[in-house]
Amino acid sequence: MSATELNVDKSFAKATGVRKMDRKAFSVIGYVSLTILALLCLLPFILVVSSSLTNEDKIIIDGYQFIPADFSTEAYRLLFKYPEQIVRAYIVTICVTAAGTFFGLFLTSMTAYALSRKDFKWRNRFSFFFFFTTLFSGGLVPWYLLIVNYLNMKDTFLALVVPLLFNVFYIIVMKSFLSGIPEAIVESAKIDGAGDFRIYAKLILPLSKPALATIGLFLALAYWNDWYNALLFVSNENLMPLQYYLYKMLGNMEGMRKAMMGAGAVITTAIPTESLKMAMTVVATGPILLAYPFVQRFFVQGLTIGAVKG
Amino acid sequence: MKRQTFWNDLKNYKVLLLMLTPAVIFYLLFAYLPMAGIVIAFKRYDYAGGIFGSPWNGFDNFRFFFESGDAFRVTRNTALYNIAFIAVNNALQIFAAILLFEVGGKWFRKIIQSAMFLPYFISWVVVGAIAYNLLNYDIGTVNVLLRGLGLEPIDIYNTPAYWPYLLVLVSAWKGLGYGTVMYLAAITSIDTEMYEAAEIDGANIFQRIMKVTIPNLYPTVIILVLLAVGNIFRGDFGMFYNMIGNNGILFSTTDVIDTFVFRSLITSNDIGMSAAAGVFQSVLGFVTIMLVNYAVRRYDKDRALF
Repeated sequence: MSATELNVDKSFAKATGVRKMDRKAFSVIGYVSLTILALLCLLPFILVVSSSLTNEDKIIIDGYQFIPADFSTEAYRLLFKYPEQIVRAYIVTICVTAAGTFFGLFLTSMTAYALSRKDFKWRNRFSFFFFFTTLFSGGLVPWYLLIVNYLNMKDTFLALVVPLLFNVFYIIVMKSFLSGIPEAIVESAKIDGAGDFRIYAKLILPLSKPALATIGLFLALAYWNDWYNALLFVSNENLMPLQYYLYKMLGNMEGMRKAMMGAGAVITTAIPTESLKMAMTVVATGPILLAYPFVQRFFVQGLTIGAVKG
Repeated sequence: MKRQTFWNDLKNYKVLLLMLTPAVIFYLLFAYLPMAGIVIAFKRYDYAGGIFGSPWNGFDNFRFFFESGDAFRVTRNTALYNIAFIAVNNALQIFAAILLFEVGGKWFRKIIQSAMFLPYFISWVVVGAIAYNLLNYDIGTVNVLLRGLGLEPIDIYNTPAYWPYLLVLVSAWKGLGYGTVMYLAAITSIDTEMYEAAEIDGANIFQRIMKVTIPNLYPTVIILVLLAVGNIFRGDFGMFYNMIGNNGILFSTTDVIDTFVFRSLITSNDIGMSAAAGVFQSVLGFVTIMLVNYAVRRYDKDRALF
């Protein structure tokens, strides 16, 4: 370490030998810092997985640990002994994610396409109409009352899908991508007599696959991870998505116990609540972690498009 | 004459307008109509009357909100937390992005970036579960370690003073990957000739970073920071709610406008005051964004929001 500091002090020196030393010292610092940061990001995940695979008694005595001291799959076995609720939550989440992503993607791209057409005189006015909603809002209360009291969407599937359908940021990212498609393509299609919707569906959509993939994944992630709309609008157990089910379970082990009893479990021993919570966390996050290596680059792409034209 | 062009345009843009219709209806219904609903803040809400039939009560809701002292507490917390998040997150992200740019081969970069980006992908519910895992008094990892070292365990969930640091840490943890990717993109787009010139002039790596990389990042940093400042009165509900929930012991240091509005609405069912707090936040936020946008415009017209 002292050698490193020495090199920093000599940083004005122009001799290449010193520069190489600097470079080396810097590399060491860089590798170490980045590795530490990356580990700090990863370790909590390892902790969760490890806890879910540890014998409950061991957790109670020794606490959560990074390596299962006393390996046990008891929590998972118990979780899937009466899987109705989990399976239902999974189905809700999958349906919400699929419907939301599909319609969200269709509507976002269609909106963005109309706004990206340079020959559309009113496009800036419409853009501002959408954009203004990010600057000012009526707040949570009127929005909540509208959905619950006026649209009667409480405890409906729609309440989980509709609120996240549109997002101004996605429209902007999509629009800036579509603006990059040469106008000549649209012009020539028009001359061939194609209508605007046909141009969008047959010509523009196939050309914008990268942007569609990115926005689609952003949407899918938002739907998969959504618990907020369920917190506000869902009290029916049959309509609980996965994240909200997890939220309920973390806060209410008593309810969990009852649910299991209700499902016909004869529980003689104590339920391993701590490892069960962690097993549920793993089950709720699993698909994201599995898909993560394959989809990550699309997110990076999206951020980069978004960053160019925030 | 002008009328005629309008009808002509309407006819020309028929299909495009039709394509915009779903989005227009959505925003009219879920954004503009609720704006009209702001009137609730000036009413004594009753369910029979609804939004427009309930009796007016002037500024009573606002008076309650301000006189209870809640307004000051939650506004201060929201702003201070956001300032801390902006400072810490951006500094850390720039640090990580510069190192990622300078150090390591393709694989090393890929692995590190993947690891750092991972927390962005999980829900706040899961983050709350992980936090509990680490921090709870009896079996949390932190306290296990402390006991192992022969130290006194700390009762984190009953001690408000720890939470500002913890929440800053959690925010940094979850946002690190996202911001690093953004800044890395900005660094990658710096003209390589500048680095070559610096090389020829005999600059060492520290000089290169201080004299080339960082100055070239200024525009990105300033824009990102200003935009974040525009949202300084918006609390991240998901984070605060899942980290603290309804643990009232911690509210003195952790309650933000958004959690307060939510609790007033759902838990205490005080619709009038909840709406008032929401309006207060919206107006404050709007003024802030306008000021920030004015600042951005002066700095770089092309980067302004509008």
